[in-house]
Amino acid sequence: MAIAARDFRELRLDGMSRTFGTIKALKGVTLDVRRGEFIALLGPSGCGKSTALNCLAGLLTLSGGSIWLDNTRIDRLAPEERGFGMVFQNYALFPHMSVRRNIGFGLSMRGIARDEIKRKVEEALSIVRLGDQGEKLPGQLSGGQQQRVAIARAIVIEPPMVLMDEPLSNLDAKLRLEMRAEIRRIHDLIGSATIYVTHDQEEALSLADRIVVMRSGEVRQVGVPEDLYASPAHADVAEFMGYRNQIRSRAAKSGNLVSVTIGGVSLQGTPVDTLGSDDVIVAIRPDDLKVTAGGPISVTVESAQYHGHDFYCSGRASDGTELYFLSGQKARKGDALSLAADPGRVLLYSRSAL
Amino acid sequence: MTDRAVKKPAERIPLRVRLALYDLDGVTLLVVPAVLFVAALFVYPFAYGFVLSFEPKKGDWIANYAKFFSDPFLYDTIGATFRLAVPATLINVLVSVPVALRVRDMHHRRILTTILVIPITLGTVLIAEGLLIYLGPQGWFNRVLMMVGIGQIRLVHNYTGVMLSLILSGFPFTFLLTLSYLTGIDPSLEQAAATLGAKARARFVHVLMPLLAQGLAINLCLSFVQTFSVFPSAVLLGAPAGATRVISIAAYQAAYEQYDSSMASAIAMIMGFCQLFIVVLILGARRFVYRGAAGGGKG
Repeated sequence: MAIAARDFRELRLDGMSRTFGTIKALKGVTLDVRRGEFIALLGPSGCGKSTALNCLAGLLTLSGGSIWLDNTRIDRLAPEERGFGMVFQNYALFPHMSVRRNIGFGLSMRGIARDEIKRKVEEALSIVRLGDQGEKLPGQLSGGQQQRVAIARAIVIEPPMVLMDEPLSNLDAKLRLEMRAEIRRIHDLIGSATIYVTHDQEEALSLADRIVVMRSGEVRQVGVPEDLYASPAHADVAEFMGYRNQIRSRAAKSGNLVSVTIGGVSLQGTPVDTLGSDDVIVAIRPDDLKVTAGGPISVTVESAQYHGHDFYCSGRASDGTELYFLSGQKARKGDALSLAADPGRVLLYSRSAL
Repeated sequence: MTDRAVKKPAERIPLRVRLALYDLDGVTLLVVPAVLFVAALFVYPFAYGFVLSFEPKKGDWIANYAKFFSDPFLYDTIGATFRLAVPATLINVLVSVPVALRVRDMHHRRILTTILVIPITLGTVLIAEGLLIYLGPQGWFNRVLMMVGIGQIRLVHNYTGVMLSLILSGFPFTFLLTLSYLTGIDPSLEQAAATLGAKARARFVHVLMPLLAQGLAINLCLSFVQTFSVFPSAVLLGAPAGATRVISIAAYQAAYEQYDSSMASAIAMIMGFCQLFIVVLILGARRFVYRGAAGGGKG
């Protein structure tokens, strides 16, 4: 493959911080990224993930900390000197240039010979499967095609790192799934590291080798998708990973397991951190609360949304607690159901840790 | 039931619905005052003046034009006006670009914009009076120069005076227009260019300028038309019998000193065609530049 990422071993963020006036948008982010890795920066809007990406690209200067590419400090370099490829949320294609000139822009800025540019642009076009669209203007392309041009433009300069800022958020659902697969395929093909900002946990789980969960400008947890999904380190990370049921409760230890009270019933769960007190937050994913005949928690269904395979329901337990769960069978408002949960999937977090 | 009875409902689409197909509705009526206004104050006087210019006091129908183009005292005014209008327009528009570029990134943009806009509210006559006083032989500017030992410089009642006034009163317009065109360009386009390795100069040449060209063309047209019809400052600050005897002065003299409104109309027509010629030239050149939206995509 002729288009390949520039060689490097690792990118290191060391206490990267940024303030806007009195607001601390980034509070000392530290992270190592290895060559070939796909990292997702995941977090709710305003958590600082886009700020982090802009700092990496050089579009924002740091207020503290440093960024290292192997042994070179790069955080004081202008964006044009860093050589990272960036894909913007709105694609930021040059509207007055043809697709070919958009893609070739970075190469011509590097003073590369015309024949070489032509060859590489053609190759980039074929990588993103837009071979026959080269002479069009961006305005004549669909959203998905524009996205492909933006990716081609970022990778054709063979950057050590590709930065993507919520690249799929402007696409419709079907296209988003399609482009998700494309992005991973292209990443594997050119072998660069990719840092991908998203607020969509599903996107992060399916794409990334490692996920960095951020909140209020801080890194809350770094881990492989499976770990983050199965055992989030904090209650707020759990909430972001789809543990929609978050119930405050009192814990009582009984052997290896800890029992808590949910919906007026005692249930066994697994502590994730060392519980400092008996004041805990119980986190359960809706798909781990299963409708089971004779299950301990009885709820009355309040709403049920058909999701194709199952019903996503919300219901109220006898003590008024609202619970979210999945039902394989058709559920209607007012139905009385019994729920049960595997003790291993009932996660307990100490409240003080929040 | 007859055939006719069946057909009838289909034929009778209400007038309102039929008009709506052509985007005409009640709101369309709101254009009427504007149309009347333009007809009364532009189309009619123009047509009237056009006809009048072919009805000279003496001679055949084309005598006014023949007279204008055979008398250097008259036809030289075209050159004099161009010598003022072209440099003033170019200076105003070209200087507005770097200033607007800088102002765009400022936090207190509104303060500076307000300061720059003040000359608009003052009007040409006040600016002319101010310049006469400040830059005149007894003004502080020349006094300072004398004190420093440089000696007097003549800045008013000549070409320089009119040029200064045209820049002072014209620049705020061109600046505001350029600023609004510039802020309409998605900043992520420049950021994208930067991440692709383009330095500031290359970003300006390859990204900003092509997207700004369209706006600058419009700006050039407006500014040129405005400066070409210069009258008060050419009289007050210039040398109305010499270097700044612009075409509008010739028209004024024909109308109010010789009471030859037919000749004045002919001069006004010539002036109009000069402006039209340049505007058509500039607008025609637009086809070489990108004319679409300056956005970055579907954002």
